[in-house]
Amino acid sequence: MPLAAGCRARPGKAGDNKTGSWRVFKPIFDHGKCSKCGMCATLCPEGCVKETEEGTFEPDYQFCKGCGLCAKECPKNAISMIQEEK
Amino acid sequence: MMEMIEGSHAVAGAVRNCRPQVVSAYPITPQTHIVEALADMVANCQLDAEYITVENELSALSACVGASAAGSRAYSATTSQGLALMFEVCFNAAGMRLPIIMSIANRAMGAPLSIWNDQQDSMSLRDAGWLQFYAEDNQEAADLHYIAYKVAENPAVQLPAFVCFDGFILSHTYEPVDMLTQEQADDFLPRFAPAERLDAADPISFGMYATPEYYLEFRHDMDAALKHARHLIAEAGKEFGQKFGRDYSAMVEEYRLDDAETAIVAIGSICGTIKDAIDEMRSAGKKVGLLRIRVFRPFPSEDIAKALAKVKRVVVLDKNISLGNKGATALEVRDALYGSTIPVSGFVLGLGGRDVRKRNIKEIVDLSEKGEGQLFYGLRKELI
Repeated sequence: MPLAAGCRARPGKAGDNKTGSWRVFKPIFDHGKCSKCGMCATLCPEGCVKETEEGTFEPDYQFCKGCGLCAKECPKNAISMIQEEK
Repeated sequence: MMEMIEGSHAVAGAVRNCRPQVVSAYPITPQTHIVEALADMVANCQLDAEYITVENELSALSACVGASAAGSRAYSATTSQGLALMFEVCFNAAGMRLPIIMSIANRAMGAPLSIWNDQQDSMSLRDAGWLQFYAEDNQEAADLHYIAYKVAENPAVQLPAFVCFDGFILSHTYEPVDMLTQEQADDFLPRFAPAERLDAADPISFGMYATPEYYLEFRHDMDAALKHARHLIAEAGKEFGQKFGRDYSAMVEEYRLDDAETAIVAIGSICGTIKDAIDEMRSAGKKVGLLRIRVFRPFPSEDIAKALAKVKRVVVLDKNISLGNKGATALEVRDALYGSTIPVSGFVLGLGGRDVRKRNIKEIVDLSEKGEGQLFYGLRKELI
């Protein structure tokens, strides 16, 4: 889709702005190791980690910026940070 | 109608005929007479525009950005430090694709403080995404405003433009100028009708942020639009010529260049002096010609390469210097001639209002023929 000249945009929600592309390291969640404590969702500064139907957790990669806080604090070391391949 | 008129007032008259709906400017020598005249016109109901007085140039151009985004034809004028204060807004106006026209009465940059002419101010903003027109005389300074609005507002361009003319040398000089009537101007320049504008009933934002995946493409699009403007300058300049007898379709002007061995390349009012010097050198048997650059952005590389293809040497005169390197025009002319074997010498001269006379032009041609000369022409040796 061609760009709008002058970078002009209609009003919308902040959620319309996908910011996950800033990420250098991507958190990969190992659901087998997960104790379902929810620390990752509590600490995520972007608020983009959500509980799954199974009670484990997954980040929304459209907004996750790869800060690594979830991986650092996960008591089960269930989250590993993998360099993005772009 | 032919009038004996000061350059600034010729520009103000042309601007009035362009029917700007918003004028916002801050007085600064030598541009002041333009905006004083426009303020008078608004006060005397000769121009139906909002005249916004502001505290400085940053605000002046910011007001124009808002006005243009709201769908008004906007105008400002400045020079030197005033333009420098607008630096940030200049990039935003271009990035938001707002066709604001601004007259630049070219003046040296401080420090040291100088109110006199050179072209360092607008040349230093050559990367901002604005079209840059440079006038040789007051007639052209007035006429280029019509061309500038017509090209800048074209949906395929949507970029702002400087119309530059040398401070004092043109701005404060009386010359005969054929001033268009309002009817003639209206016949050439339609009303500004942008497809998008700020409107509370249908909100839109201009110049939103672009992430790394998008920014490069925005810059590409601006560059493409600026380069495409060459075709619209040709069209508008031709139409102007057909209607009023003065053709501005070419981005460069050739003067006695056909069989020239030495070609001088220059910009602005200095070209009048150069043409007189060339006439005298021609009478003395020297084959010298001039290539005047009227449009510096987009840069007419192809036109320059074509016009200079047969000369033996090129001498570029710059009333600016990219400190630490060379004059901006010399650098870009060299680039335009890349791959050819024509030697190009560049001279920086006339900075800060120092007069350039016919004898100086002749001496520069002599130096270039001998393959001599240095970057700065006319240095006072006792001072350095």
